[in-house]
Amino acid sequence: MSDPFIRLHDVYKSFGDTPVLRGVSVDIAKGEVICIIGPSGSGKSTILRCINALTRVDQGFIQVGDIQVTAKNLDMVALCHRVGMVFQQYNLFPHKTVLQNVSMAPIQVLKQNKAEVTERARALLGKVKLGHRANAFPGELSGGQQQRVAIARALCMQPQAILFDEVTAALDPEMVGEVLTVIKEIANEGMTCVVVTHEMGFAREVADRIYFTDGGLIVESGPPAEFFTNPADERTRSFLSKVL
Amino acid sequence: MNAFMSFFRELHEKGGINLTIFYDPFDMSRFSHGLVLTVVMFVICAVASVLLGLFGAAFATLPYRVPRAIVRGYVAFFRNTPPLVQMYFFYFGLGALVPTSRNAYGLPVAMVNNLDWALIALSLYAGAFNVEIFRAGIEAIHHSIIEAAAALGYSKAATFLHVMMPLAWRIALPALCNNLIELLKTTTLAYAIGVPELLYVSNQIWSDNINTFAMMNVLMVVYLLLVGVVAMTMHRWERALKLPGFGAAR
Amino acid sequence: MTQDQSASRFSPEVGIDLAAARKRAGTWRNAGLASVLLSILIVCVLVLAVAILSGTGTTILAKLIKWTPFLAEGFLLNVVMSLIAISAGTLGGVFLGMGQIALVGWISWPSKVLTQIFRNAPWLVLLFYCIFLLPYQVKIAGQTFIVANWLRASIGLTIPVAANFSEIVRGAMQSIPSGQWEAARSLGYTWRQSVFQVVLPQCIKRMLPPWMNLYAVLLMATPLASIVGTQEALTNLRTALQAEADGRLLLPFYAYLLSWFFVYSYPIARFSMALEKRFAIH
Repeated sequence: MSDPFIRLHDVYKSFGDTPVLRGVSVDIAKGEVICIIGPSGSGKSTILRCINALTRVDQGFIQVGDIQVTAKNLDMVALCHRVGMVFQQYNLFPHKTVLQNVSMAPIQVLKQNKAEVTERARALLGKVKLGHRANAFPGELSGGQQQRVAIARALCMQPQAILFDEVTAALDPEMVGEVLTVIKEIANEGMTCVVVTHEMGFAREVADRIYFTDGGLIVESGPPAEFFTNPADERTRSFLSKVL
Repeated sequence: MNAFMSFFRELHEKGGINLTIFYDPFDMSRFSHGLVLTVVMFVICAVASVLLGLFGAAFATLPYRVPRAIVRGYVAFFRNTPPLVQMYFFYFGLGALVPTSRNAYGLPVAMVNNLDWALIALSLYAGAFNVEIFRAGIEAIHHSIIEAAAALGYSKAATFLHVMMPLAWRIALPALCNNLIELLKTTTLAYAIGVPELLYVSNQIWSDNINTFAMMNVLMVVYLLLVGVVAMTMHRWERALKLPGFGAAR
Repeated sequence: MTQDQSASRFSPEVGIDLAAARKRAGTWRNAGLASVLLSILIVCVLVLAVAILSGTGTTILAKLIKWTPFLAEGFLLNVVMSLIAISAGTLGGVFLGMGQIALVGWISWPSKVLTQIFRNAPWLVLLFYCIFLLPYQVKIAGQTFIVANWLRASIGLTIPVAANFSEIVRGAMQSIPSGQWEAARSLGYTWRQSVFQVVLPQCIKRMLPPWMNLYAVLLMATPLASIVGTQEALTNLRTALQAEADGRLLLPFYAYLLSWFFVYSYPIARFSMALEKRFAIH
C-alpha cells in the first residue's frame, strides 16, 4: 500500500508471560473499512487498543496519519483527535447527561468553542436518532441507545478513524441492528473504520477487507467475497465453519 | 542476652537514644508484662465478642420481636456511644453497685476489679459491631440454600448451625478481621481505668526515664507489629477456608 | 451481561433509579426526624428510670439539671474538635487516597505506607504523640500564640481520620469500572482530568455512607482527649462528680453523658444507613 493511513508493522505485545500479539502487520488506507474476526484470545481487541495507545506495545511500529504512536513523546491529545474508540460496554459517564457525554471531551480536551461543540453534539445525536434524549442520563437509556450515544461521542471529536471493539456483543439481538445501521452510515460517509466483530453478515456487507487473527498473528486477509467463499488457510476454514 | 543489653546501654550513652526497656531489667519486665496483658486482653475479648456477635446475630434473625428488639437496642447503644465513656460507666457507675468483700488485711476489695470491667466493656463494645458483621453475613446467604436445607428436613437450629453459620462465617471474615484490629487498638482505652496494659506501662516508663519520644516510637512499632500479626493470621485463615467459586473476594 | 427491556429505566451499571429515588426522598426526612425524636424519648425515659431507681430521684434529677450547662460547654468542644478533625482529615484523606492510586511509584508507595501506619495505630497513641510532641506555642510574625490543648488534640484526631478516609477514597476509586478510565483516556483526557472530571464525581456517592460512619467513629473518639488533658465533656463530667463527691451520682451522670452522645450520633447512623440503601448497586 502506497500511503496507508493506519500502519502497524511487526507489533509484539505480551501481558506478563502470555504473548498476545506475535508480530502483527496491518496497513489500512484512508476511508477503508476493515473487519477483524477470530476466536477469543487471538488478540483482536489488543490490536485496536495498540492503535490508540490504550495499550503500549512491547515491540514494533504503529503510525496513524502523521503521528507515530510508538514514539516516546506521543502527543495523546493529537492521537485522540485522529482516532476515536467505541467500547463493548459503552463506558458512558453515568454522572453526565447524554449531551454532556458527547460534548465534554472536545470542549475540555481539544479546547474548542463551547457553543460550536454543543451544536455539533446535538446534530450528531440527531444523526444517531437520539436528539430527543439529549438531557437524559445514560442510566435511563437502553443498551442500544447507550451504544449509539457512545458512537456520537466518538464522532464529536471529529476523528479521521474510529475503532469499534465488539460494540454489539453486549446487546440484546433486537438492538444490534440499530447500532450496525449507524456504523454502516458512518462507513459509507468515508470514515476509516476498524471493526472487531462477530457479526459475519455485517462484515460481509460493509467491509472492504477482512482480517482473521489466531494466536496473536494475522493468519489470512482478503476482500469479503473471496474470504468467506474461499478461505485459504485451514484455521480460517475451521473458525468460519463454527460461526457461519 | 548481656550483649543485647549492653548494646542498648551504649546506644543510650553514646547515641542518645534511651531505650531502657532493652537494658534495664525492671523496665524490661514492666514492658513485657504490659505487652502480655495487652495480648491476653485482646484474645479474651476477641473470643468473647465473637461469641456475642454469633449469638446476637442468631437472635436478630429469629422471627420473634423481643429478642430482635433486645439485640437491636444493644447494638444501637454500644455503637452510638463513646467506648471510653462506656468504660467509665462500667467501672465507676456499675462498679459502685457491685458488692465489695474484704481481703486478707480487712480492706475492701471490689469483686469485679478494673481489669474485669475493661474486659467486659471491650467485649460488649466489639460484640455489638460483630453482631452487625455476622448479620450482614447471614443476610448475604441466598435464601434458596436455606430452602434446600428445610427441604432436607433440617430444623431451624440445625440449619443455622450446619448450613448458615459456615457460609456466613466465610463471608464475614474480612470484616471480622478489621473489627479485631479495631479491638486491638481499643485495648489502649483500659489505660484510663488504670489497667497496666502496654500504653499504661509505657507511660510509666517514659515518665520515669524522660525518654518520651523513643518510647512512643517503640509503642507505635509494637502496635503495628501486633496488628500485622493479627492481619496475617486472619488472612491465612481466610485463605484456608476459601471455597472455590464462592464469596466476593476472588 | 445483556440488557433487558428496551427502554429500561434502571441500568445495573449505573445503579440509580431516579424516579423511585425522588419518591423515597420524602420518606427519609420523616424517618430522620422520627429517629431523632425517638432517641431523645428513649434517653429521657432511661435517665428518669435510672434516677428514680437510684433512690432519691428528684435530687439526682436536680443535680443533673444543675450541671447541664457545664457539660454542654464541654460537649460543644467535643463537637468542635470533631468538626475540625473531619474537615482536615477529609482533605488530607482525599490527597492520600488519590496518591495511593497514582501511577508513579514515588507518590503511591509513601501514600500507601503512611495510610497503613496511621490506620493501624491506636488513636490514643496518636493523641499522645501529638500532645507531647507538637509545640505548645508557635511564633508567627513575631507574635507568640499558645497552641491550645484542644487544638493539638484535634490535630491528633485528624491523622487517623485522614488515613481512614484515604482507604475509603481508594476503595471508591477502585470500584469505578476500568471502562470509565479507558473511555476517558481514549477521548484524550490526562490522568488528572480523568480523575477530576470522570472518576471522582462518581465516587462521591459511594464515599458518603462510609464517610458518615467515619464521622461517628471520630465523634466517639473525642472523649479520648480528656485523657490528655482537654477540658471537654468527659473531663467536665468528672470534675462535676468530684465537686459533688456523692457516690450515688456516678451511674446517673455517666448514663447522662452517654445519652448525649447517643442522641447526637443515632440519627446520623440511621441517615447513613438510609443513604447506603439508596445508593446500593443492585
